[in-house]
Amino acid sequence: MSTTTPASVIEVKNLACGYGDTVILQDISFAVHEREVLFVIGGSGCGKSTLLRCLIGLLKPLRGDVSYFGKSFTAADATQRREILKTFGVLYQNNALWSSMTLAENVALPLEEHTSLTREYRQEIVALKMTQVGLAGSEEQYPSELSGGMKKRAALARALALDPAIVFFDEPSTGLDPITLREMDRLILQVRDTFGTTMVIVSHQLSSVYRLADRVIVLDREAKGIIAEGVPAELAATSTDARVRGFLNLEADLTRRHEPGPPSPAK
Amino acid sequence: MTASPPSPEAGADSKAATAQWEAGPSGGECTVKVGGDWQLSDPVPNWSALLNQRAATDVRVMPQDLGKWDTSLVLFLVHGRAWCVASKHEFLAEALPDNLQKLLQQVAEVSAQKTKRKASIESPLVLASSIAKKWTGKVTEVVAFVGECTLGFVGLVRNPGRFRWMDWLVQMQQCWVTSLPIVGLVSFLVGVILAFQAALQLRQFGAAIFVADVVGLTVVREMGPMMASMIVAGGTGVGFAAQLGNMKVDEEIDALETLGIASVDFLALPRLLAVTVMMPILVVYANVLGILGGMFVSAVMLDIPVSAYWIETQESVGVSDVTSGLVKSVFFGMAIGLAGCLRGMKCDRSASGVGTATSSAVVTGMMLIVLADAVFALIYNVLGI
Repeated sequence: MSTTTPASVIEVKNLACGYGDTVILQDISFAVHEREVLFVIGGSGCGKSTLLRCLIGLLKPLRGDVSYFGKSFTAADATQRREILKTFGVLYQNNALWSSMTLAENVALPLEEHTSLTREYRQEIVALKMTQVGLAGSEEQYPSELSGGMKKRAALARALALDPAIVFFDEPSTGLDPITLREMDRLILQVRDTFGTTMVIVSHQLSSVYRLADRVIVLDREAKGIIAEGVPAELAATSTDARVRGFLNLEADLTRRHEPGPPSPAK
Repeated sequence: MTASPPSPEAGADSKAATAQWEAGPSGGECTVKVGGDWQLSDPVPNWSALLNQRAATDVRVMPQDLGKWDTSLVLFLVHGRAWCVASKHEFLAEALPDNLQKLLQQVAEVSAQKTKRKASIESPLVLASSIAKKWTGKVTEVVAFVGECTLGFVGLVRNPGRFRWMDWLVQMQQCWVTSLPIVGLVSFLVGVILAFQAALQLRQFGAAIFVADVVGLTVVREMGPMMASMIVAGGTGVGFAAQLGNMKVDEEIDALETLGIASVDFLALPRLLAVTVMMPILVVYANVLGILGGMFVSAVMLDIPVSAYWIETQESVGVSDVTSGLVKSVFFGMAIGLAGCLRGMKCDRSASGVGTATSSAVVTGMMLIVLADAVFALIYNVLGI
């Protein structure tokens, strides 16, 4: 068995993605390690969502390869692809909860599709997942009856239904107020700490980046690729690239502007 | 600790999940040792199998060579704890990893708060009242919508400059383009079918020429308006509902309302008027094609010359017959527009809501058409038209 140290769960090699003749990203290579929270950040239009769509198989890469646990996803046949799909869950930007189903049915569907568990056992797992995301008791509600934050939690419960090794998040902060967002971030960390799930988060919410990220990848529209990779605080302080420093320090600038005064220096 | 990938390589070094029951030295507390990899996708031990008619005792759970685990282990422990709680014994899980303990604690807190949902069996009276309420609501909705459209129309007459003429033209064009081929084909075939049926009977009496009367009158008075409006209801009416429904879901209608623009004037009125104006035109077209269908069958099957058929048609079909069909087609058009726009604008904010709105639009539209037709049949009978 091929072993890599540290264990990479996702490996992206020379990936190019785009639509038709338009190349949005090219020569992207990076790895995601086990238990890691990796943020993919960058300005609007830099290809964050395109990269995510390539990673989760919704968009066929123009070139290059994406592999999960050492197995190529790009070259996988239908059976292998189905097996790989079971290893990750996705939380979509607009939650993508199936509106004609209750929350319980939403969470139960991946279990019905991919396991041979009994109905009773599935229901227990659903209840457990709902509890885990703080939605116990809302099982019979429909998505349209929920607030934005609750929908996000329900979508997370669905993404976690199969206890995936990896969860992808597409802009998880969309439509959330700062308090709900902080709660969501706490939940993400809790899931990672409990199950050791690897998290890949596409976002431009800097507060979440600093709260959660073990590592960030910064994409740029002009460069059509990765312009920086590393620990956010270190990149913000030491990156030689002005674009990276500028992006990662935006939040600090805002905070400074609204604080009554600079923090008093130590005597 | 994470759920492992389902690759054969990963499976090679994974250990099967185990749970062993060990009776305590004093016979009081016993130990359950959990080990191996616990994964939902693999067979895992369950609590009831482990019990095997054991007497209730305090249970201490100990990890023993515990590898990867997921929800299946949590559920196993939840069942174990429930068993202990039911028999009023202790369930001791301190030796388990911290994160697992935390999760168990979280589940315990919620189960304690959970209350049974009350049974929702309602008395017939309550049920009847809720049905009545629902229907009153629906009728009010329709009346309010018709009222809004009427007010919008009054506003249009008073101030035609404010009306969205361009939208109206576009909607008419779309209605025309989508309906023309199918209305033409269906009307022609209806003429053909009617002529066939009539010919079968009339030929026996040597009265084949009267096929022209039957086809002409039936098409112009009933089948032309009916078939054309059914097709428009299924195409254009449903299109209105789907389009407006999607606009509702995407909050486009809310955006209009918050700008102080009456959504009925802006969206519904141009569509409603477009289909109302287009209906009689389509009916004239349907009538012509229907008569041509009859003429075709007569010429080919019954050897009636085209000129004779035409003269017979002219003699049997009067102006009042044509206008009676055209007048009701205007109302059919209104019914289609109302049903489509109403269902679209009152659609639920979800994908399934749009689906329901479209099917409801076609059902409501057709129902209204048949109702209107019945009313017109009665009125024409009284008036002797």
